[in-house]
This record gives sequence, structure tokens and C-alpha cells, in this order.
Amino acid sequence: MEALLALTIGVLVATAVYLMLARNVLRFIFGLVLISNAANLTIFVAGRLTAGAPPLIPEGAKAPVGEVANALPQALVLTAIVIGFGLFAFALVLMFRAYTHLGTLYSDDMQVAEPRSTASTPSHLTKDTQMTERPAE
Amino acid sequence: MADPQHTQTSSQAGWIGLVPAVLSLALFAAFASQLPAIAAGDVQRLVWEWVPALGISLSFLLDGLSLTFALLISGIGGMVFLYANTYLAGHPQLTRFMLFLTGFMLAMLGLVLADNLIALFVFWELTTITSYLLIGFGHATENGRRSALQALFVTGAGALALLAGFILLGITAGTFEISALMAQGDTLRAHALYLPILILIIAGTFTKSAQFPFHFWLPNAMAAPTPVSAFLHSATMVKAGVYLMARLYPTLSGTDVWFWTLTIAGAFTALFASVLALRQTDLKQALAYTTLMALGTLTLFLGQSSSYAITGFVTFLVVHSLYKAALFLVVGCIDHATGSRDAETLGGLGRAMPVTAAAAALAALSMAGLPPFLGFIGKELLYAGILALDAKVLIFAAALIASNVLMFAVAGIVALRPFWGRAHGVPPRAPTEAPLFMLIGPVILGALGLMLGLFPAGLQTALVDPAVASLLGQDTKAKTLTLWHGVNLPLILSGATIAAGVMLYLTHRPARAALVWLDDRTPSFDAGWDRFLKGLKALAAWQTRYLQTGVLRNYIAATLATVLVAIAGTMFARNAWPQMPDISDASWPLIAICLFTCAGAVMTALTSSRIAAMAALGVVGIGVALVFIVFSAPDVAITQLLVETLVVVLVAVALLRLPLLDQNGRDTRPRDAALAIGLGATVTAVILAVLEAPLDRRLTSFFETASWPEAFGRNIVNVILVDFRALDTFGEIAVVVIAALSAYALLRATSPAPNTPPRDTPTRQIATPSRAERSNS
Repeated sequence: MEALLALTIGVLVATAVYLMLARNVLRFIFGLVLISNAANLTIFVAGRLTAGAPPLIPEGAKAPVGEVANALPQALVLTAIVIGFGLFAFALVLMFRAYTHLGTLYSDDMQVAEPRSTASTPSHLTKDTQMTERPAE
Repeated sequence: MADPQHTQTSSQAGWIGLVPAVLSLALFAAFASQLPAIAAGDVQRLVWEWVPALGISLSFLLDGLSLTFALLISGIGGMVFLYANTYLAGHPQLTRFMLFLTGFMLAMLGLVLADNLIALFVFWELTTITSYLLIGFGHATENGRRSALQALFVTGAGALALLAGFILLGITAGTFEISALMAQGDTLRAHALYLPILILIIAGTFTKSAQFPFHFWLPNAMAAPTPVSAFLHSATMVKAGVYLMARLYPTLSGTDVWFWTLTIAGAFTALFASVLALRQTDLKQALAYTTLMALGTLTLFLGQSSSYAITGFVTFLVVHSLYKAALFLVVGCIDHATGSRDAETLGGLGRAMPVTAAAAALAALSMAGLPPFLGFIGKELLYAGILALDAKVLIFAAALIASNVLMFAVAGIVALRPFWGRAHGVPPRAPTEAPLFMLIGPVILGALGLMLGLFPAGLQTALVDPAVASLLGQDTKAKTLTLWHGVNLPLILSGATIAAGVMLYLTHRPARAALVWLDDRTPSFDAGWDRFLKGLKALAAWQTRYLQTGVLRNYIAATLATVLVAIAGTMFARNAWPQMPDISDASWPLIAICLFTCAGAVMTALTSSRIAAMAALGVVGIGVALVFIVFSAPDVAITQLLVETLVVVLVAVALLRLPLLDQNGRDTRPRDAALAIGLGATVTAVILAVLEAPLDRRLTSFFETASWPEAFGRNIVNVILVDFRALDTFGEIAVVVIAALSAYALLRATSPAPNTPPRDTPTRQIATPSRAERSNS
């Protein structure tokens, strides 16, 4: 069971990395969502899998009866999901602002601080290069 | 040349320079009071713990060697402060200058007194920094800045090597205390690390003491005001390297490497520098090169092991400090009075500046090595020391004698011709006698050379004997300092030196012309330095352009590739690959969920439709939530579903205002795909390897057994989150709040359109394609 999930995580990481290397920062955000899912699953799987036995203590008992799922990774994953979401939301807003401010979603052209020479700018985005020549505020 | 702005108001000497002068004279008195104890063979130590865990203490050692240096530093320092107070009177930055110079003096004292290698290094670097500030005091001129930087780079680079050498030495010997190292000389010289230690330490001392080929910074450092040159280049800064070699003499000397390195470098530097000294027409530059000659001579003698050589070393050290400081100060007086330092034109100043001329004569006669001056005794000892060498290496004696002949001539050029020779031009100002405070230093220093020459016994017992004992141990007696040894080989050589020196002085003008011709046709180290710096900058620019592309994707790719190589490489090197995974135990529903999730991920990666990508992301999120449900994590699954819903909602809202994914054709990147697949496979391998190791369930068992008795909760996951790890949860909430606040701030910030001034555009105006068109038109 764990091995199957390990393979799934591999696929998630591979697709996430591919997306994060894209020019379009929207794709980068998609990759971010995928890689945080992969990270959560990794923590979960590393704590081993137990089907059908949630970590609960029955009424009247002082400890769980029989073998139950590992509670520790579950607690860690809960925290990780929420923090991952916070990161995602912030990254999304940042990207959105970058777009409204710079007029492009292509990270190669987000060059306000260190404008590259026009020669090395991809030809498909020459219409946006003028943004980079804006005088500093 | 240097020292602008001070000449007009030279009569109004302030009180500010008197404070450090009094301080250094008080220090001099304090050190002098230790003379009897040290002369009696006493050695004083003072220790404060600094970093005990690393064996680093702030410890000081006062013995013959350090006391000799301390007296020279504080004594000459006091006179230089008095001198500078008048020399730079009215200079707007006099206070700053005094502060730098005081800082330098204290750092120098710390250097010669430190008994801990690391403490010594700290003081060493403090002298580097303060001398940088002093050499660059005239920072308004490009020459001043360049010279200061050059001195800083050369000595700083040497200091780095020195630190490495110190650390090696300390680790090898098991102590950083110099007094403890002295006893370990024999074991250290036989140690395998002796050669690296020696090379590193000598790299530091040779750069600091300007030995060939690191000599070029010293003449350039003459860009500093003359009092700085008098102080730094007579007794202090440049002697720090010589001091350190003497300090470590009991620890490191005596091997063939030591002998040949120091002897060859010293002899070559001495000869080379004295030839170049004759070539100079600027008085201060000529003195700078004679300082190089003196440093070479001192290094040469530290290479030897005979008692004559070491006595000669100590005596010449004192002699040189006295006459060189005096001569620098005299040249400062000439510069101050006439506005010129040109040896070609100056002449006949003796009539107008009789006291300066007398001080100059005293110092110059000591430098020339004429009896009855201390310089004569020093030179006799040097000759005796070099003759004690093996007959096979008498070439070094020839080099020493030749450089002394040149010294004789340069002494005449620097200190006699300007006063008594015929003038060949008119200086910018009519000469007048220097003010009183500028005469105290040169007169006292010059007179000391005569007094000590006439009565050398006091110097012998007070300084030379204890200092020689510091180098050679208490058992070896220093040779006697006396004017008359009887007729022997050194005396005959002295006579020959004087005769040849007089000849050279009389013919120095044509000789200089020939040297200028020759010098112009040999490669200059100074120009080489410029080329070196230029090359370094070009290299830095090239590698920055190559590595720092400014493209975000390249940085991410480099980071991920590093992770891939580090993890996969380690697993490969340790042969830690996991077994082939066995998935036969997986149930069909689970296989379906995993396929479903993978399909969603691949779809997200490959689609160029925004809606499809969003839906596929949702598929992945729900697939992960299903995994949580199947494997007994209902709380996690609920959170995952909620978050997944929010993600989809937020992406959908954002997409409404964003352009299409691929405006410019499909986005296929095989290289990125290879990196991605490699990284995915590595992560899978790592997880499989982790799963092969047994699981440590101790923490889980603790939470399971403690959950109800201690926290009264039946849902163990909840108890962990809100009770056992409540602070973590609080931190998590804080992260979310901060993210929300930052997102709010970002959204709220006014959005300046590219072509309009900022803060005019309302937030809501998010005109994206239209603006691109506008800027295009």
C-alpha cells in the first residue's frame, strides 16, 4: 500500500517540478499546490498506513483499543495543510499584484530591478519590455 | 604632493594632538619602568580568558623582544604625535587623524605584546585597518585611495594566510599561547605540518613586511602624510612581520627551509630596494625604499642562527627605527618649509634650517654607518654575522655589502645634499626653520643614535641582551656592542663600504640616470598589480554574468538540480537504493484513487486550458483527501477538502482577471521534464528507502497513552494539536494571519500603471491587455 502511494507521490513531485519551471507564474502556483500535496502525503505515508482504525480512544478506555492509525503524522499533516494553504494564498495574491503592476505573467520579464538587455528578451514578449524601462519610483 | 590645506595655519598648533602624545609618553615611561626587571631575565605574563572553549585568551607577554618593540612604538609614537600636531595644525580633520594614529599605536602595542596567536592576529588586523585609514587619509586624491586599498589588499590577503597558519600551528601544538609554543620547537619542526605552517605564516609576514615580491605597496603607502610614514615605516607597521618572525624564531627557525627562504628573500629585497632607492628623486620615496632595504636585511638575519647574526638583528632593528623615523620627520620638515621634496632641485637649506640640518646629519651618519654612531656598531655586527655564514653562501655577504654601499650614498642624497649641496632650482617657498615641536622628534632620535653609539653598554644590558635571549634562549649570550673590536674583517669591510659609498655619492647623478633608464625598461610590479585587479574584476563580472542570469526559472532549476544530485548522488554512492516496490497488496479502490490522482496531476501539468488545469488541481486535492479517508485520518481529510475547495475558489477568482496560459503557443520543455522525472523518481526512491527502515513509534505511544489521562481528550490528533503541541498550532495560526494580512496589504496597495505616475491609479483599475496596447502604441 505504502509503495503505491510512494509512486503516486513521485508523480506529484515530477508534475509539480515541471510546472514550477514554467515561464508562466500561474503554472508555478499550480506546481506549488501539487508539491504541498506531495509533501503532506509524504509525511502521512512515512508514518505508515492503517486502514479503518482512526486514532480515537473509546468511551471508558484510557488508551486506544487494538492497533490504531499513527496519530502523530496526522497532526503534523493537519498543520502542514493549513500552512501550505496560507503560502498558496499569499503566492496567488503576489502573482496577481505582479501581473497588475508589471502587465505580464512571465517571470522572465519581471525585471524591474535588473532589466535585461532587449537582445536577450524572448521575442514573444517584446511588447512588454517597455514595462521594464519604467523609471524607478 | 600630499598634505594639502595645512600649511597656511601651521603656527596655530592645537591641544588635540597633545592628548595622544602624553598617552604614548606615559606608556613609554610605564614600559621603561619594566626595563630593570626584564634585563634581569624576568618575563611577565598577563592573562584574561577570552574564548576558553577554543583555547583563546587575551594574554600578553613582556620579554626582551616585546619590550624593545613596545619602547620603540610608544617612544617614537610620542614624538610623532607632537610633530603631527604642528605639521597638520589647522587641518580640518586633525582630530580624526589623531584618532586613527592613536588607534594604530594601541593596535601595534597589542600586536607586539600579545602572547596568544589569535589575539595577535586580531591586533595584526587592527593595524591593517588603521593603517588603511591612515594611508588613505588624503582620500580626496585618487592616488591616496589606490595606495590605501593596495596596502589593505596585499597585507589583508597575507593576513588570511597567516590566520590559517596560526590555526594549523595551534592545532598541531595543542596551544595558542606563544610562550608555550616556544618550548615545542623541536617537535614542531619535525612535524609533518611544519612546511604548510611555515609557508602560511611567512606569506603573512612577507606581505606585512613588504618582502619581494610583495614590496610594491610600501613605496605607494608614502601617499600618507609624512608623520604617518615616519611612524608606520620606521618602527611599527612594516616591522610587524619582522617582529612575528622573531617571535616565532624559537618555534620555527633552524630548518633549511627557514634559512633559505628568509636569507634569499631578505638579501634580494635588500639589494633590489637599495638600488631602487638610489633611483628615486622624491626624498620620501627614497626613504621608503631604504626602509625596504632595512626590512630585507632584518629578514636576512632572522634566517641565520649565529649569535652574531641575532645580535646584529636586534641592534640594527633599534638603529634603523631611530634614524629612519628621524629622517622621515626631517623630510617632513623640508616639505613643510619649502613645499618640495625633490632631491634634484633642493640644496643649501642648511643656512635657513640649521637645527633640522643638524638632526638630519645625525640621523644620516647613523644610517651611513659611520663611527661613532650606533649605525656603525649595527653594521659591524651585521658584517660579523654574515661572515659567520658558510663560505659557500658568501654571495649574501656581497649583497649585504653592496646594499650598505648604496645606503651610504642614499643617506648622503637624502640628508646632506638638500642642506649643504648646491641648489639646482628654486623651491615653491623660501625655507624657514621648522617650528619647535617639529624639531623635538628628529633631534632626540638623531642624538640617540650618537649617544647610544658612544655608550652602547646601556643599550646592551637593557634591550639587546634580553631581546637576544628571547630569540636564542637564556643560555646564549649576545655579542658585545662596542665601537672598537680591533682590526678585523668587518672593520676592513666597513672601510671599503665607506670608500665605495663616497664614490657612489659623488657619481650618483649619472648613476641615477642609468637606473631610471633601466627601471623604465623592466616590468613594474605596480602596473602588474593594476592588471591583476583588472583581471580579477573581469573574472568576477564574467562568472556573475554566467551564473546570475536574472531568470527565475534558471535559479529554481539550479536549486532543484542541486537537490537531485545531492540526494541521488548520496544514495548512489552509499548504494542505498530500495528494493523494487511490491504493490500486490494494494486494493483496487486504492489503485483507482492513485491513478485518479496521478491523472489529475499530469493533466494539470500538460493542459493549456485554465479551466482544465483548475479542475485537474481539484481532482488531485480530492484524491489526496480520499487517501486520508481510507487510511483512518478523518480530521485531515475534512481539512484537506475544505482547503481544496478554497484553493479552487481563489484560483477561479484570480483567473477571471488573468490572461490565458499560453498566449504564444504550446509550452513544451524536454529538459525541464527530464529534471522533473528525475526528481520525482528520487523522491519515490527516498520514501521507499524510508519505509524499509523500522518505524520509531515511541512518540506515538506516548501520545496514545497520555491523551486521556493527561489531557482528557479521546481524539488523539486533536489532543496533540490543541494540547501537547498547542504552541505549534498557535504558530500555525500566526502564519495564516500573517499571510492574510500580507495578502490584504498587497491587494490594497495602489496600483501604479506603468505609464502614469504612482499613487494616482485607483486599486480597482486593473486594465491589463489595454495597458500593454497603450504602451505599444
